[in-house]
Amino acid sequence: MYVAVKGGEQAIARSLELLAEARRGDPATAELELAQIRQQLRLGVARVMQEGSLYDEELAALAIRQAAGDMLEAIFLLRAYRTTLPRFGYTEALDTTRMRVRRRISGTFKDVPGGQVLGPTYDYTQRLLEFGPTVPIATVEAEVPLAEAMPRVLDLLDAEALIERIDAGADPEPVDLTRKPLMFPANRATRLQNLSRGDEGFLLGMAYSTQRGYAESHPFAGEIRMGEVDVLVCPEELGFAIEIGSITLTECQMINQFHGGNGVPPQFTRGYGLGMGESERKAMSMALVDRALRCDELGEPAYAPAQNQEFVLSHSDNVEASGFVQHLKLPHYVDFQAELSLLRTLSAQHVRHASDRHQAVPEQALEESQA
Amino acid sequence: MTPTYNFAFLDENTKRMLRRALLKAVAIPGYQVPFGSREMPLPYGWGTGGIQVTAALLGPDDVLKVIDQGADDTTNAVNIRRFFARTAGVATTERTAEASVIQTRHRIPETPLREDQILVFQVPEPEPLRTLEPREAETRTMHALADYGLMHVKLYEDIAQYGHIATSYDYPVLVDGRFLTSPSPIPKFDNPKLDHSPALMLFGAGREKRLYAIPPYTQVESLAFDDHPFEIQRWEHQCALCGSGESYLDEVVVDDCGTRMFVCSDTDYCGEHLAEAVA
Repeated sequence: MYVAVKGGEQAIARSLELLAEARRGDPATAELELAQIRQQLRLGVARVMQEGSLYDEELAALAIRQAAGDMLEAIFLLRAYRTTLPRFGYTEALDTTRMRVRRRISGTFKDVPGGQVLGPTYDYTQRLLEFGPTVPIATVEAEVPLAEAMPRVLDLLDAEALIERIDAGADPEPVDLTRKPLMFPANRATRLQNLSRGDEGFLLGMAYSTQRGYAESHPFAGEIRMGEVDVLVCPEELGFAIEIGSITLTECQMINQFHGGNGVPPQFTRGYGLGMGESERKAMSMALVDRALRCDELGEPAYAPAQNQEFVLSHSDNVEASGFVQHLKLPHYVDFQAELSLLRTLSAQHVRHASDRHQAVPEQALEESQA
Repeated sequence: MTPTYNFAFLDENTKRMLRRALLKAVAIPGYQVPFGSREMPLPYGWGTGGIQVTAALLGPDDVLKVIDQGADDTTNAVNIRRFFARTAGVATTERTAEASVIQTRHRIPETPLREDQILVFQVPEPEPLRTLEPREAETRTMHALADYGLMHVKLYEDIAQYGHIATSYDYPVLVDGRFLTSPSPIPKFDNPKLDHSPALMLFGAGREKRLYAIPPYTQVESLAFDDHPFEIQRWEHQCALCGSGESYLDEVVVDDCGTRMFVCSDTDYCGEHLAEAVA
């Protein structure tokens, strides 16, 4: 005999116990320390900070451990915590020209003032699994230190007026998307904010589509730089900016061909990407998508998914996407019941019509044979 | 109660923002008010809009009921109730009549609501035109112009193709004769309960960042045609537990041979009705 289902509360409690047990694994193995995660899984930490929109390595490491390494869950944890934090104010715009560069490369010039600097990159590893313990390697101090100031590669083209000029401060003040809803059409500052919080995989796919003919923009990696940038705030009571620390950033400036249009002469155009920590794949993807989304402003025909800002910006956020896709596992008994009864009605109707037709045909044939 | 978080999780400034948006929603019945939806500790699509509305409404003396599919004991309803018991320490109940705030997903309780109660709906997609027009900029214009021809054509095409309107839940309504509105995915069985309801009805869509409202005693009309009037679902069965012939029924498969039974989706109503029948 069926009785009304009860016990949801108990089931949840037992499930949480099972989760805690699975998360910890064998108690004989030591639990991961946050310092280990911060230092040895730093790229994962960077992604969680970036898409979690909170620069805090310690909290990101905590989230990764709590999420058992599921990055999207860790991002979600960090976002939910971020909601509860008071907002003291906004920093000054970060000045990435003053970045203390650890990596800086350009795909457009063989050499650039300040030099090409590979820094720590997986690009030229040979992807051979390294069995056995990692051997500590002593790094050797360079004979010549890196240049203090590294001019932006794109500024070199700017001097020749070959690339569109973007005046510093010309952009509208960005809205805070974590405080205000995204409205369409969104300006570039708002789009960039959305993209920087967007899912790396989604942006990578979107960016890739622009390279395969869906909004081709003939990109060149003008410059990618990674390093530390000072963060300045200007408290009202002080009236001047003070440095509160520095954060690691990866910046990508793409150079794209443009044949002119919408009153703009033929020139190179820019796509921009910025990510927290070492996040080169994300920054590059973001720069390609940013450029594709500028189609209206540049008078380019808009037909590809990556050029459609409602499509890209509404679906870039993995916390939103993951929640809504997975909500399908919640009960939908009531709606399903409604659909069931509708389908039964339609199906009965179909059978009735079919049998009507079936009966109608022989009669007609009979009439014809008599005639 | 968890002391490290503010009462009902959200900070007071956020609640103020929500209350302002809710006041606007009540002032323009059925209009979707964009709001600064926060990232909640429950996933998007699982009731984050409803949770934010409830958090903005709750005071220490409120009595909260949470239902999903009409039932108090479905896991997501339990989880949301636990969340507010933990972060606000408010009293909770499973009795519709005892609650001052009821958060719901997919149903309106069978027990008639009163003026001193507020019903909070969790809304996955606030835009009733979305499946017909994916672009937000377009649908906002349609609402501004009250241009709902697209929806009428859709319903007409249903009739032309199937002989009747083939929408069984999330059935579009016109609120106060002005805004086409999604009643959230409640079965159309519940639509008549929206019309001239004594209780305030608030709708929260967290992921889509929209709030809207149906104030008490507002006219709510389910779209239909003169020759195809609006109809609700009917069953040949009665509830196998309480015998009600008037409530919305869930179909339950009880054995391997596909034997079905029908029971009330509203568990509180079913329990009450059963108790009355026994007495």
